[in-house]
Amino acid sequence: MREQPEQQAPPVQRLRIRYAKRDRMRFASHRDFSRAFERALVRARVPMAYSSGFNPHPRISYTGAAPTGAASEAEYLEIGLAQHTDPVEVLRRLDASLPPGLDVVEVVASAGGTLSDRLQASRWRVSLPGIAPDEAVAGVRTFLAAAEVPVERMTKRGLRSFDCRAAVVSLQVADTRLSQESCAILEVVLRHGTPSVRPDDVLAGLREVAGLDAGPAVLFQRQAQGPLDEQAGTVGDPLAPDRDAV
Amino acid sequence: MPVTPVSSEPVTDSLWDRLEPVLPRVQKPIQYVGGELNSTPKDWDAAEVRWALMYPDAYEVGLPNQGVQILYEVLNEQDWALAERTYAVWPDMEQVMREEGIPQFTVDQHRPVRAFDVLGVSFATELGYTNLLTALDLAGIPLHAADRGEGDPVVLAGGHAAFNPEPIADFVDAAVLGDGEEVVLAISEVIREWKRDLVEGALSPGSGRSPRDELLYRLAVSGGVYVPKFYDVEHLPDGRIRRVVPNTSGVPWRVHKHTLMDLDSWPYPRKPLVPLAETVHERFSVEIFRGCTRGCRFCQAGMITRPVRERSISTIGDMVENGVRASGFEEVGLLSLSSADHSEIGEIAKGLADRYEGSNVSLSLPSTRVDAFNITLADEFSRNGRRSGLTFAPEGGSERMRRVINKMVTEEDLIRTVATAYSSGWRQVKLYFMCGLPTETEEDVLGIADLAKKVIAKGREVSGRNDIRCTVSIGGFVPKPHTPFQWAAQLDWETTDERLQRLRDDVRADKRFGRAIGFRYHDGRPGIIEGLLSRGDRRVGRVIEAVWRDGGRFDGWSEHFSYDRWVAACESALAGTPVDLDWYTIREREYAEVLPWDHLDAGLDRDWLWEDWQDALDPDGREVEDCRWNPCYDCGVCPEMDTEIQIGPTGQRLLPLAVR
Repeated sequence: MREQPEQQAPPVQRLRIRYAKRDRMRFASHRDFSRAFERALVRARVPMAYSSGFNPHPRISYTGAAPTGAASEAEYLEIGLAQHTDPVEVLRRLDASLPPGLDVVEVVASAGGTLSDRLQASRWRVSLPGIAPDEAVAGVRTFLAAAEVPVERMTKRGLRSFDCRAAVVSLQVADTRLSQESCAILEVVLRHGTPSVRPDDVLAGLREVAGLDAGPAVLFQRQAQGPLDEQAGTVGDPLAPDRDAV
Repeated sequence: MPVTPVSSEPVTDSLWDRLEPVLPRVQKPIQYVGGELNSTPKDWDAAEVRWALMYPDAYEVGLPNQGVQILYEVLNEQDWALAERTYAVWPDMEQVMREEGIPQFTVDQHRPVRAFDVLGVSFATELGYTNLLTALDLAGIPLHAADRGEGDPVVLAGGHAAFNPEPIADFVDAAVLGDGEEVVLAISEVIREWKRDLVEGALSPGSGRSPRDELLYRLAVSGGVYVPKFYDVEHLPDGRIRRVVPNTSGVPWRVHKHTLMDLDSWPYPRKPLVPLAETVHERFSVEIFRGCTRGCRFCQAGMITRPVRERSISTIGDMVENGVRASGFEEVGLLSLSSADHSEIGEIAKGLADRYEGSNVSLSLPSTRVDAFNITLADEFSRNGRRSGLTFAPEGGSERMRRVINKMVTEEDLIRTVATAYSSGWRQVKLYFMCGLPTETEEDVLGIADLAKKVIAKGREVSGRNDIRCTVSIGGFVPKPHTPFQWAAQLDWETTDERLQRLRDDVRADKRFGRAIGFRYHDGRPGIIEGLLSRGDRRVGRVIEAVWRDGGRFDGWSEHFSYDRWVAACESALAGTPVDLDWYTIREREYAEVLPWDHLDAGLDRDWLWEDWQDALDPDGREVEDCRWNPCYDCGVCPEMDTEIQIGPTGQRLLPLAVR
């Protein structure tokens, strides 16, 4: 008979990590990222805590990832360590162990609470090459005026139909310093929920209600992710409580 | 080549700006973006000689390839040379590239492949030939070497399939046989010299050769680079080759293979590439020795990579540690053609298992040798709790068959080995066999079922359990150049399929064992095409081109391979010649026949190969023992190539690592 696997000790420290997906690395899928990240932990010799079982895994809690092809300045995850380690040192070593474009931006020690509960909304920037700002402004107005904007998306469980309007906290065309003549830039704040509404769903909605067709060369970039201030419609910093606790 | 001021001078700028917008339209775009950890982007203008290295299969297969990674690193270590990588693009990407006019590009810096001096293509298998044509066509390089001009790279083939490059002789400018580490640098130096001469106008005045031909000529006269255009092939009326002769003075009659000695001085890869995309081998691999002298008569790799050259235990230890640290891979493979044969494998296994005990680093060995020692090794390697599978390769189902192929494993050996495995806790073993070997009968194939049943019965007996399993994997035998079986008739696919069907039925019919034995095999048809490409001559190039023009791509993938397309292409492209698909595959050759690769020297003495073939056919034929431990049996390689067997033991031990 095979012996039961050894029970692993719980982590002694949890670190919360903000990382960015930039440039060509935006084409990495979440699975691509997680493979690269787990290898980087080995290279960086981060003293990881492992799960129990026949096939122990390093303790990593991922949160909702930006879609493949979307860039992001604000992706978050949490790791469990077997030894106390200086977060600044972990940042330095991890960042050096990841390929350029997958960049560790911040590492803080967890002060408790659940990280994913704080990730209530995201702020996205969407560049629309070939679309003039005026055209975009008109489309956005139509979109916001609608009470419901049903769209369809192919998911792993088949074609799903859902409303993409309710999740939109705010949507506007960025001012002229950002938007250029031939490339409108949208700024959109999306509330996380079920069904999860992504910025490409909002584009599908714009096409649906306003005929705004941006083509395939659209660029999505997540700029912030965190607690939603319902009054102001802004996205806060999810690591602020941990940082303040130090 | 870029130095020549011609109108067709290629653009060298990065194609990224054109590529990026189309990537959302294709599957798994990450495979086209590069930027892997340990990749080495270099300054284009600072390099005098530039290589595009291609593995002609999808990125997920090509990236882990050791050969390409090693050459990439060896070239990029030179401050005057540069290498970037390119892979076969999937059909969805090919379509987008054609629509948008994007040429074949390297993943490192997205340069157009046509801008390089050399396109070096590593052929591990012949089934990548159609992918070469796609890459050439997308790159804007003429398919036929004869149509290329001063603005085109030298298209150079290497890898095991390049030991008979005749089927692709129309499409490549040159081919290199054997180990690449030194010869890529030698070729680079010839190109550098040639470029300097070109700039100074000092290019062999009066030879009448174009600059491009001058370069090919300089490579050819070195004796280590085969340039097909400098050789004429003459045929007999019945279709056989009459002779192959140099058509240019100074070009050698035979071109020899390259053999790297002292592998400890070449501990590559030092900076293993770590892909973002998922690939077929998610591990770091160390080649613990090169070459194999066991003398299995079907094995091309064992024949063309002689002699055996080991890396020492201390170099292996250093390479493993460096590789794990540099890559972050937690699985390490100890590679070679027969890894358990390393003179210090026991010490290596124990030393590495000690070093990495308590960490998550796991070790694996492609274990194919059938003896109990393998189990000891496997036990060491699974000390940290992870058990990979155990694979044994008796290759032939009957004692008689194993004698024919010179794989001297008795049934008792096998049963004893699996008994050890099952009694030390393994529940599953995998057995590898071939079907279609010379002189094989249906009885030999049914012997596989017999063996598998005995294995299960023994396993149940020694373990006292009923959940013992055994997987039988069967590959179709394809006769290969430079082996004793190079003269053999390949078995037709209909008979192969019939025998495999009988075997399957035989196992299924036995209620006591049927469910404990798993079967993995492919139908016989792809093997026939591999056979055509393996032993083909220059006339087969037309077939490859016809298949490619009809849409043939990724022939190594069953979902893309079309046997009917190949048959149709053979019929049209070989019409009017005395030869056909059967002639190349299921026909036995005579001693006197000139084989398409006879002018390419793998070091093996042709008469020795022939005698070994005769011994295979003779029921009382001689057994060939491994010259690593037994006296030399005169295969010819060492004297011909001026090489020698390099093995331990060194007597050294691996010490614990100071820092963990």
